[in-house]
Amino acid sequence: MSVKRGERRLFEGLDLLVQAGEAVALTGANGSGKTSLLRAIAGLLRPESGAVAFHGPDGAPLDPDEARAAATHLVGHQDGLKSSRTAGEELQFQAAWTGAGPDGVAAAIAALALKPLLELEVRRLSSGQRRRLAFGRLIASPRPLWLLDEPMAPLDAQRRTQMSELMQAHLKGGGLIVAAVHDPLPFKARSLEIGA
Amino acid sequence: MKGLNALIRRELSLAYGGGGGPLLALAFYASLVALLPLAAGRNPQMLGAVGPGVAWLGLALASLLSLERLFERDYEDGALDLLAMGPVPLEAVALAKAGAQFLAVNAPLAVAAPVASIALAAPASLIPMTILTGLLGGLAFAFVGGLGAALALGAKRGGLLVAVVVLPLFAPPVIFGAAALDAARNGSSPVTGLLLLAAYAAAAVGLTPIAMAAACRNALD
Repeated sequence: MSVKRGERRLFEGLDLLVQAGEAVALTGANGSGKTSLLRAIAGLLRPESGAVAFHGPDGAPLDPDEARAAATHLVGHQDGLKSSRTAGEELQFQAAWTGAGPDGVAAAIAALALKPLLELEVRRLSSGQRRRLAFGRLIASPRPLWLLDEPMAPLDAQRRTQMSELMQAHLKGGGLIVAAVHDPLPFKARSLEIGA
Repeated sequence: MKGLNALIRRELSLAYGGGGGPLLALAFYASLVALLPLAAGRNPQMLGAVGPGVAWLGLALASLLSLERLFERDYEDGALDLLAMGPVPLEAVALAKAGAQFLAVNAPLAVAAPVASIALAAPASLIPMTILTGLLGGLAFAFVGGLGAALALGAKRGGLLVAVVVLPLFAPPVIFGAAALDAARNGSSPVTGLLLLAAYAAAAVGLTPIAMAAACRNALD
């Protein structure tokens, strides 16, 4: 795959296969195209050439649009949380939008310790708290492919450990993670340098 | 379906809460109507002649106010990514957003229109027609306006751009609605104007979501 933004070609000849239970850490300088690759996998950005293909557990090819809508989460810097609404309302919406029920919401609240935040307006949250809230939909509606942009960056040490455990549990359950990172992920992950 | 329900509830809560969408539009509309007698004089006959037209045109102008935020805020904070990857097509998302805009801004304006119209010395017999044209025209304004908002995504000073893109497209519904109101006041049949207005509104509701979705995809790419 190659991806171009404006007149600049970010990367070309990229070939990546991610399998169930595998994590890939995308590294590279600022502006090298890590986020663009995640957005291309998510179908939000059209690659200049090449394509993204999804395969089911039996190896059969899936319809890319359906695979993205039903099996993919993208969580990035822009978390889509509305500052005027409460954390609880936004978690409810993001969970419902991604197809989760009340059980999913409860699971997310428990797994990410979101209970104390729910009544607060999103504008009152710190960037780390916002990120945890945005992670809520990963837990609320289980989907195999997680596309994460700098997942650990705003989190404190304790939350990083917690998040790392959630990510490892996801991989153990056969999930896939593609994450853009600057610091290496705190567990075994394949590293891929973009724009090298 | 569950996702779409959640989206409509969220859109309505965003439109009604924080930033006061309908209140702002209603206040603008009231100010516009209150200024007319100051500019055009207090002569009731003269006001009665231009009043219904101004009350009608004011609806079109007031509905422009919060259009800019319709897609822009979701585009800036990344929510549009989430919506674009969601369980329903982006066309349905656009339909829900413009529909919520209609419910939050244009429907309250349509209900306020007869009050403004009577304040401008229009006869009380025009009330049903004023509400009807306000609702039909409001649908057209919300959906055509939504198209302008989607096209202006990512542009600097998008609000002005929305107004410039959208106002020419507001001309047909303004003409049809004015024709219906005029006919009703003169005692002739307003059906032709109403049918044309309804046809324009139906075309806007049916076609603009496709264009809005395309404009959003283009802005995200």
